[in-house]
Amino acid sequence: MTKSGWFWIAVGFLYFFLPLAATAEFSLKDGDSYSLAAYREIFDDPQFRDTFFVSLKLAVVTIIVALLLFIPTVYWVHLRLPHLRPLVQFLCALPFVVPPIVLIVGLLYFWNYQRVPSSLLGSPYYLVPGYVVLAFPFMFFALDNAFRAIDVHTLTEASQSLGAGWTRTLWRVILPNISSGAIAGAFLTFALVMGEFTMASLALFNTFPTYINYIGQTKANPAAALTIISFGITWLALLGILLVGRRPGRAAVQVGGAR
Amino acid sequence: MPFLAWATAFLLVPAGALLIGAFRTQDGQFTTEFVKDIFKGSSLDAYQKSIEISLITAALGGALGFLIAYAALSPGAPRLLRPAFLTFSGVAANFGGVPLAFAFISTLGTVGLATRALDSMGLNPYDHGFTLFGFWGLVVTYLYFQIPLMILIIAPAIDGLKAEWREAASNLGATSTQYWRYVGIPVLLPSILGSMVLLFGGSFAAYATAYALTSGHIPLVPLKIGELVSGNVLSDPHQAYALAFGMVIVIAVAMSIYFVLDRRASRWRRAVQ
Repeated sequence: MTKSGWFWIAVGFLYFFLPLAATAEFSLKDGDSYSLAAYREIFDDPQFRDTFFVSLKLAVVTIIVALLLFIPTVYWVHLRLPHLRPLVQFLCALPFVVPPIVLIVGLLYFWNYQRVPSSLLGSPYYLVPGYVVLAFPFMFFALDNAFRAIDVHTLTEASQSLGAGWTRTLWRVILPNISSGAIAGAFLTFALVMGEFTMASLALFNTFPTYINYIGQTKANPAAALTIISFGITWLALLGILLVGRRPGRAAVQVGGAR
Repeated sequence: MPFLAWATAFLLVPAGALLIGAFRTQDGQFTTEFVKDIFKGSSLDAYQKSIEISLITAALGGALGFLIAYAALSPGAPRLLRPAFLTFSGVAANFGGVPLAFAFISTLGTVGLATRALDSMGLNPYDHGFTLFGFWGLVVTYLYFQIPLMILIIAPAIDGLKAEWREAASNLGATSTQYWRYVGIPVLLPSILGSMVLLFGGSFAAYATAYALTSGHIPLVPLKIGELVSGNVLSDPHQAYALAFGMVIVIAVAMSIYFVLDRRASRWRRAVQ
């Protein structure tokens, strides 16, 4: 490899690791020495636990809804409705064209107090429909790749000729074969929801990311600690995908995210 | 299909309502006033700044991302670099929002690690007009997700660059410069430009990082929409709908350019297979 090649690799490493190292150092700083005080302060804060669990619950619900929507859809697109593929693909790419800020403004405008019961309007679960939309591209491309790798027709016919119904076929035959795609989509959605700030902030809900922002306005070292925690969540999600055997990096699956 | 119902209810209908809302007054009258306002005063400034920052981060992120990706993924590079760079890129591209802003405050803020290091060398960037909380600070911060995004998007195109082409070129007596001038760049250019257009869209849509970093001091369209909606400013929410409508138009134009470029790029993908 050439010298300039090594130079660019060094630039890449530096750009990736320097901000992390700086944040880690800052989060451990305690006056003139180092300690875990900032982390202790965060973990002792009841608001941290509350908002973290809100985001965790939102992530789980979003993942469940998105999987329930997409597994049958992608299955049918592969099995019976290939002519609908362009439409589904188009709808799943749309969240790239409609930014989160525009999506939430539209959701708040249309799904307002006249159309939504006030109990839901005041609950963070109000965010789930929008989060599922943000997860469209991740879920679709992850599952689509998984379905591409298996012979949907043969598996379905074999299962049905052995007497299984649709639910049984989907649950016992198809699902185990596309689980790596489902898990990849779930992890990406998890990282997405745990970091989503724009929509939560505009809809005035307190989630983990809005808590990070709130701490950032008031306390510097705990904010750095939270940044490290948040980065750790992204790492875990991506590592999860690696462990189930899916390389991150196949273009479309990874593009986007909530900023 | 439940999926189609969901997409209609929570994506198409709200987006459509917004489109109509951009042309309406508070009491339901038709008006083009708000949309016309986009091209005036502070709204126009916001679009200019947003487009400017998106173009710059797309160009810089695209160029740096390509150079890094080519160095790490080309056939001559050590095997281990490939999974490492793709994994790091996956993480960094998905790491954004508020924490990213804080990471850069710890790095390049007034007392950040890099600032202190540069200061001890007598090169404090703050003495030379740089501030993390201004335009160029935002550029440097956005590059943290733009560069890895570029690496991920461009990787398949680099993989498609056949070693045979390079060998054929050098067998015919081409220098390295000639190879890039007549083979490498023409083959890769549509992919590189197309990826840069995607980076443009990502940066144009970004809200959280800019919000946390500049607390609204740089006028960007998403920040302006946020201000109008969350009620910091007493004004007509339909102004925000018009601004949002404008954002969708800008990104739709960018995406059309992407599809044209992608079709050109796919010629080589087919030729390769």
